[in-house]
Amino acid sequence: MPASKFATGLQCKVCGKLYPKSPINFCTDDFGPLEVVYDYAAIRPHVSRAIIESRPRNMWRYRELLPIDGAPTVGPQVGGTPLIRADRLAEAIGVDRLWIKNDAVNFPTLSFKDRVVSVALSKAREFGFKTVGCASTGNLANSVAANAAQAGLEAYVFVPSDLEKAKILGTSVFGAKVVGVTGTYDEVNRLCTQVAFKYNWGFVNINLRPFYAEGSKSMGFEIAEDLGWRFPKHVVCPMAGGSLIGKIHKSFEELYKVGLVAEAPQTKMYGAQAAGCNPITDCVKANRDRHKPVRKPNTICKSLAIGDPADGYFSAQLIKNSGGWAEDVTDDEIVENMLLLARTEGVFAETAGGVTLAVTRKLIEQGRIPRNEEIVICVTGNGLKTQDCVAEAVDRPALIKPALDAFDAIYAGTREPALV
Amino acid sequence: MALKVQIPTPMREQAGGSAEVVVTGATVKAALDDLTRQHPALAAKLFDNGKLRPYINVFVNDEDIRYLDDLDTPVKDGEIVALIPAVAGG
Repeated sequence: MPASKFATGLQCKVCGKLYPKSPINFCTDDFGPLEVVYDYAAIRPHVSRAIIESRPRNMWRYRELLPIDGAPTVGPQVGGTPLIRADRLAEAIGVDRLWIKNDAVNFPTLSFKDRVVSVALSKAREFGFKTVGCASTGNLANSVAANAAQAGLEAYVFVPSDLEKAKILGTSVFGAKVVGVTGTYDEVNRLCTQVAFKYNWGFVNINLRPFYAEGSKSMGFEIAEDLGWRFPKHVVCPMAGGSLIGKIHKSFEELYKVGLVAEAPQTKMYGAQAAGCNPITDCVKANRDRHKPVRKPNTICKSLAIGDPADGYFSAQLIKNSGGWAEDVTDDEIVENMLLLARTEGVFAETAGGVTLAVTRKLIEQGRIPRNEEIVICVTGNGLKTQDCVAEAVDRPALIKPALDAFDAIYAGTREPALV
Repeated sequence: MALKVQIPTPMREQAGGSAEVVVTGATVKAALDDLTRQHPALAAKLFDNGKLRPYINVFVNDEDIRYLDDLDTPVKDGEIVALIPAVAGG
């Protein structure tokens, strides 16, 4: 059976209506989100640990569980990022066993978004799109621009105009047409929905969204494989649109369904947001049925600043059903934990990594995550893109003459060094 | 000047192919009631047991009505009510 038959179609998560594989992101009856469905019984005989381990170490080693027809044509080297045993950080925060899934070094644009974009743009090519686009808080912009450049596709990237300079530059450099919009991410998103309808382009997180979102599963597949084909007890995940946390959980369910892991997952999923944009964590903590959208997000963590998350409902449900929890943290806590992660493990994460670690610590202090059980935290982006946030928190270098006694004086602490 | 409702592509079949429908009404609710009176097939698209479906967002002059007075948000001639599917982004 060809791989193209494994993903059988799309299904509405609200009413269950089935659709053929096509560039559509919502049910035409109730406008609920569509999810890719697979024939797991057909996949089962085609996958084994040995087969997967024999393939190159990138996300496509799990291609039977990704929704592309045939070989990937975009981002063939994406994924395969390190799972770091974080002993020094574990000691610092008082837990026994802690791992960091480090997508800060994902290829090519240093965030987990390369996983979703490589699937989305492979599908864009299958569907015959020549122009692609996205609404982005930054990392996605970088990834769409770079991967579109590699794929020879024209890219229109829409971002809030107050985005970090590094993220705007890291998009323009790839030749994408960048459109800064004077508004929040949610307003950018709404505009892009209108643009997608009018121009019929392949927007990765609009009409290609069901396929795009599946790419995130590869982060979960890698976590389980690197743990020796088993699932961790606790996973802490940052939340913006709320998709990633659900896809990591789905990846564990799928590994069990196709027989790659013998025991059903019992992983508790924990969601992390910034206090200045916390619609999903608020929904969990206040035990609401649906999230209340945040009109004007206000946090240094721009990559998570989505006030009206598309998967807010489903991520909140998953967190509660899995026995996990959700928390949000202040900007000061974000910076403090970016530094802690950098200074204990040598991982320079972007602001969202600071959010995730700070929330992990908060949940441990609250007793919601036990100190003696295995924890995986997901780092999704790179600190080089959000340098301004930590610039004030780090010491400036000493400035001395090229003379040994000048250094001696600093080392001995007898003289205040002049500052740059 | 008239009050207009913008119809997204996936609802146009139920709106006689129109991209925009001129309606009357002093609130968003009244405007949508007039819309579904003119195009009854749109009622099932927009409402479920009388409640607006959770995956449809409604905007008045580009502002989400959830940040205004929801369906009670006042509208007048010259304004644009836009219906936009909500599942996007992230």
